[in-house]
Amino acid sequence: MTVLSLDRAKPAPIAVWLWAAGLIALALAAPHFLYPVFVMKALCMALFACAFNLLLGYVGLLSFGHAAFFGGASYITAHAAKVWGLPPELAIIAGVAAAAALGLVFGYLAIRRQGIYFAMITLAFAQMVFFFCLQAKFTGGEDGIQAVPRGHLFGFIDLNQPLVMYYFVLVVFLFGFGVIVRAINSPFGQVLKAIRENEPRAISLGYRTEQYKLLAFILSAALAGLAGSTKALVFQFASLTDVNWTMSGEVVLMTLIGGIGTILGPVVGAFLLTTMENYLAQTGSWVTIIEGIIFVICVLTFREGIVGVVAPYAMGRRAHAEPPPEAVEVEEAEVDKLRDVAGESD
Amino acid sequence: MFDWLHIAVPPAPLFFAQLLVGLINGAFYAMLSLGLAVIFGLLNIINFTHGAQYMLGAFCAWFLLNWLGIGYWPALIIAPLIVGVLGIVIERLLLRRIARLDHLYGLLLTFGLALIIEGIFRQQYGSSGQPYTIPSELTGARNLGFMFLPNYRAWVIVASLAICLATWFVIERTRLGAYLRAATENPVLVRAFGIDVPRMVTLTYGGGVALAALAGVMAAPIYQVSPLMGSNIIIVVFAVVVIGGMGSILGAIVSGFALGLVEGLTKVFYPEASSTVIFVIMALVLLVKPAGLFGRAA
Amino acid sequence: MRRAALAGFAAALMMSAAAQMDIAQAQISGDTVKIGVLNDMSGLYADLGGQGSVEAARMAVADFGGNVNGKKVEIVSADHQNKPDVGGAIARQWYDNDGVDVIVDVPTSSVALAVQDVARERKKVFLISGAASSDLTGKACSPTSVHWTYDTVALANGTGGAVVKAGGDTWFFITADYAFGHALERDTTAVVEANGGKVLGSVKVPLNTADFSSYLLQAQASKAKIIGLANAGGDTINSIKQAAEFGLVEGGQKLAGLLVFITDVHSLGLKTANGLQLTEAFYWDQNDETRAWSKKFSEKMKKEPTMVQAGVYGAITHYLNAIKATGTDDGAAVVQKMKETPVNDFMTKNGKILDNGRLIRDMYLFEVKKPSESKGEWDLYKQISTIPGEQAFKRPGGNECPYVKG
Repeated sequence: MTVLSLDRAKPAPIAVWLWAAGLIALALAAPHFLYPVFVMKALCMALFACAFNLLLGYVGLLSFGHAAFFGGASYITAHAAKVWGLPPELAIIAGVAAAAALGLVFGYLAIRRQGIYFAMITLAFAQMVFFFCLQAKFTGGEDGIQAVPRGHLFGFIDLNQPLVMYYFVLVVFLFGFGVIVRAINSPFGQVLKAIRENEPRAISLGYRTEQYKLLAFILSAALAGLAGSTKALVFQFASLTDVNWTMSGEVVLMTLIGGIGTILGPVVGAFLLTTMENYLAQTGSWVTIIEGIIFVICVLTFREGIVGVVAPYAMGRRAHAEPPPEAVEVEEAEVDKLRDVAGESD
Repeated sequence: MFDWLHIAVPPAPLFFAQLLVGLINGAFYAMLSLGLAVIFGLLNIINFTHGAQYMLGAFCAWFLLNWLGIGYWPALIIAPLIVGVLGIVIERLLLRRIARLDHLYGLLLTFGLALIIEGIFRQQYGSSGQPYTIPSELTGARNLGFMFLPNYRAWVIVASLAICLATWFVIERTRLGAYLRAATENPVLVRAFGIDVPRMVTLTYGGGVALAALAGVMAAPIYQVSPLMGSNIIIVVFAVVVIGGMGSILGAIVSGFALGLVEGLTKVFYPEASSTVIFVIMALVLLVKPAGLFGRAA
Repeated sequence: MRRAALAGFAAALMMSAAAQMDIAQAQISGDTVKIGVLNDMSGLYADLGGQGSVEAARMAVADFGGNVNGKKVEIVSADHQNKPDVGGAIARQWYDNDGVDVIVDVPTSSVALAVQDVARERKKVFLISGAASSDLTGKACSPTSVHWTYDTVALANGTGGAVVKAGGDTWFFITADYAFGHALERDTTAVVEANGGKVLGSVKVPLNTADFSSYLLQAQASKAKIIGLANAGGDTINSIKQAAEFGLVEGGQKLAGLLVFITDVHSLGLKTANGLQLTEAFYWDQNDETRAWSKKFSEKMKKEPTMVQAGVYGAITHYLNAIKATGTDDGAAVVQKMKETPVNDFMTKNGKILDNGRLIRDMYLFEVKKPSESKGEWDLYKQISTIPGEQAFKRPGGNECPYVKG
């Protein structure tokens, strides 16, 4: 799906470093004036959204079942920490490994299809994971896995202290985020972009596109799993909410609001959505209604998301001329024709 | 050793009874996937709002009964009309704007709409169901020997079969249906023949939505009128449509009833898998024949 | 690009900071006793607790005088939507960030267990009125919790015992598939078997199910004399209605509603609920005291109170009295005082809170009146017998609470 292909001019490196330092300083100070658990939740969701965006924005595959990796990993980590008594770092690794394994199996089967069929197949797999989690004894069904111990990181760092836990979550987030940035800005990332733009051409250049897509899928699944595992330790809880298809929908919304295919878009979207949910939690179902309204507005007029829309204005004269939206649509029709010629079914 | 499979031969009455209950569920799957297939076939839009529109139909019937005293039988006609008109408004205002884009945007837009509609009703009515009484002509049950079949549920099976077959007939065997199918294949050419394609598209969307609302009215006495009823069923209906073939009318009908039966069958032998079995089948179909059992490759 | 994105990110953080600021302020003032009423406000258990419990809490605070030992008493409330993760997160935020001293009510046992974990870790008070699982004073007990109104053991001994003794010796359970249903099925099974009965099977049903047809068919096929409904609220209402549709009772089987509230019977109507026997801790029309209190409640809420709502009033009153007596709102000390003081109010006479947190009170076996016997919209029960507290809450397995010796 050639949703968005926004190549942006790179700003001066010094500006990037200054901003990055500023944000990290903000993040370090945050728990002193914000409720730490809230920021931790936002960070986990931000990592989840970034992982999802890797697949959607950079490979062009909309997965409607990412909650399977997020929630599945949280269950494994919760079980590992509570029942097997593993220390937190091993519990998280167990969760990530499980998510990656699931990603391998689902990805291998789903990659063969494109577009809407890919979305449907990921949805089907996610539902299977959901019902498995509902039935399996170890997940506790509706009760979930409760009272998950946070334990001592590496044996001596006590994660039960809120501040310590917060910095740990921040480090995990920065690590995951760093992996994504590194992956995108590498030769591997360039090939992914090439596949997103025009897969037949990439194939004709000799790239084994199936392998690249699968690798991206597994990476995305593993990082989503990392987010889920960390969340399980933050809340000391693993529940069905995390494997529900509505969670898959939420991550799509976060990425859509923030900006598909942008690096910081999902983070912005995740923070916005988590804040909104927190603020409006006691007003009943208004959260759902507003989420729906944002979805509709974003799809109709705001497809580039916050970051995508603000960026050209902020860049001013330094930006490359963005192709006007109509051009993108015509391009899509051309792509479809090429696909037909290439004999690909959609 | 095989306890977990409950393979000890189930009593025959239970077997047939579960199949019959499965057929009732299948009736709803068939009606809902029919509406979805019609909409996808013509508009190329995955109408995620379908579940919410089904819920709207049920609530409409409930409003008609509790606010205006209008009973079940008139509601069967009025509710689909009202919700169908709402659907037409949605199509005109919103869906038309994204018609030229990748149809995944349609999925996201309708998903957003579903959230809005469901959120509004959940805000007003909470998440548990409102009761809707079975119409007096259909109360009571018939003793079939192997089970008591409530009359209302028997009516559901018969009525939904009739509706599905009627819709199939209109689309496959009448001139109007021929225009619809032609417009799916090549809208520009059909338009050149003087047929108002945009209006047909709008009416088709309205028709598909009305079918969902009709299913909602019929579901009201059985499944309780609840804001969550749409989201509970929509994912299963998607699976049914994918299995049947996304644009195929016959595929939707046959798979709907068949999958209801399969679900019922699983409940007899391996109840824990009854919710997953449809998705397993969907994944298999997508891997082997992605266009669906009855579908044609696009 | 990055600049704008980072600006957006900072803006989002600022916004969230603003949203949190006033909440952070509340933490500073420790001069209030803050009561948090946490329950299901919009789902299938909203009728038995919901806003009614909040009103009962307000009545308790108002009748107490609005403040205790010079400290003001405040009430906050929230909807846990029957989800343990939501309930647990609210409890955590309330205790850690919002200065809440005690959480009250919490129906839905899975949520109650999650809240109890949070409360136990922080040694904060948790007064349970809505939830039923006996594990709350058993293997999951907490030294700062009090299980006030009823539990699955009492329901099993009450309704279960009565039905078995009346000849219902084969059972099939339709169980809500979460902590409450499992606990109720387990405790009732113990009572049935202790009285010479047999459980032929059971089927687990997801919470908030609308269509029970396939489960009722299984119950029918089992040929058990009694179909035990180990569910509550909307689930019980649907099971009973559909059981009537599928001719279960005509076929000779009887339904045993193991947890039925007056709001359920009111919803079902006397015709459908005819003959149902149930165990409750309170009924508005039992005596002059209950009638007087219920009148005040129903004037505000336009319906009669359930035992859960009455329990919220009783628990808060006893809690505030304990604070008055000890002069502190430290969780462990207050609960200890609550355990030392006998409970006497309109609902409970000479109740005693055990070390595991269980309040021992008398329970009552009621039967739903025939339509001809009822003289008012809420005139729904006739009392069959009183089950003395010691008997009602007697656990076959003995004490399982790790905090209690022996």
